[in-house]
Amino acid sequence: MVQKLATLAETPSQTAGPYVHIGLMPTYAGNAGSFPQEIGVSPVKDDVKGQMIEIVGSVFDGTGWVLRDALIESWQCDGEGKFPGQDGADPNVSGHCRFAVDEATGEFRLKTVKPGSYVGRGGVRSAPHISLWIVARGINTGLNTRIYFEDEDNSGDPLLGRIEQRPRAETLIAKKVADGKYRFDIRLQGDRETVFLDL
Amino acid sequence: MRDLGPLIPRNHSVHPAAYAEDYKTSVTRSPNLPLLSMESTPSEETGPVFGAELIGELDNNLILNWSKGLAPAVGERILVHGHVLDENCRPVPNALVEIWQANAGGRYRHVKDTYFAPLDPNFGGCGRTLTDEGGYYEFLTIRPGAYPWPNRANDWRPMHIHFSIFGHSFGQRLVTQMYFEGDPLIAHCPIAATVKERSHLDRLVAPLDLSKSRPLDYLAYKFDIVLRGRRQTMFENKLEGM
Repeated sequence: MVQKLATLAETPSQTAGPYVHIGLMPTYAGNAGSFPQEIGVSPVKDDVKGQMIEIVGSVFDGTGWVLRDALIESWQCDGEGKFPGQDGADPNVSGHCRFAVDEATGEFRLKTVKPGSYVGRGGVRSAPHISLWIVARGINTGLNTRIYFEDEDNSGDPLLGRIEQRPRAETLIAKKVADGKYRFDIRLQGDRETVFLDL
Repeated sequence: MRDLGPLIPRNHSVHPAAYAEDYKTSVTRSPNLPLLSMESTPSEETGPVFGAELIGELDNNLILNWSKGLAPAVGERILVHGHVLDENCRPVPNALVEIWQANAGGRYRHVKDTYFAPLDPNFGGCGRTLTDEGGYYEFLTIRPGAYPWPNRANDWRPMHIHFSIFGHSFGQRLVTQMYFEGDPLIAHCPIAATVKERSHLDRLVAPLDLSKSRPLDYLAYKFDIVLRGRRQTMFENKLEGM
């Protein structure tokens, strides 16, 4: 026998289930007043620097049907590529948002500032993107993915560059539908399955 | 902001597979293609900071927080407490721990939950807190009831509390469920069974902790949680890029 590593294994994930909203977005679930203040209501405050954008989309299951119970969290840097807490970051960007798909239409809507690009470890520049984490009934471990933008220069992005099947990279790129408005659909399974990340 | 190092790659062997035949909703909601692997970047290594000013006085007391302290929820009173650590055995202070659960009869305060058990007018079913400097948290609540659910014809969920934990980075995000020691329904639950290895599932089962129970008031259960760690330990004398 060899010595044991002094490390622990991560706690196993379990599905967030159909009632995740009562815990994480009680007002959306009809339980307003559960908490004095809710978390992740908006990723930006007034007077944010940069371009405000709106991203609309749906989450589809393997039958092509829209989910009506998904909850999504987003995390991003500010318009200049700085994350909250970094030197010079825009104090009006909290960067974190929680939102749900509408239970009637299945559409989500994220209003935020368009993120800038940033230089990561090793001097590699990432194209502007928003990170997403998706939970719902039937999703056993929350799914990570990213939103990129079709009107940005995505060449040289280290993550997009790793996708060998080039058409699959398209699943991470929001389509511009009007000035400041984008469409981003998420497909959990099947034709055009979204690229999910193991990071 | 200091570079705290990349996240340790996720150990998928402890987590459920996306596709679990007996948990029917997962069949059409599980990605079929492999996840795209990469080293974590600032997008995953950073995360929002939640301050104590966000948390209300009764937020971690589900017995009183829905009635705003006017009347207590009905049920077996319990304290749920635990330690949040990372894979390097380091405590995670200021982690946001959020919980939600059914009431003592096994019913959620949710428009879609139509189970026969009555709603408790004094129980909302959600709470939240931050871990302290040592990574410890606690909640006062009532033991949730077991309940049937439409999966296979006679499936019942064991008593459980849903946990959402937000550590220090977006890539550490974890949602899980706590089960109760001795509940015979755990062995029959297709959602619990998505965790394939019994030893991993056992880590979701909280033991009765009489040492923290308060005589003539509540029982206690201990539920420790491990989040992902970082590949290098932070040393004060070792600057970023090392």
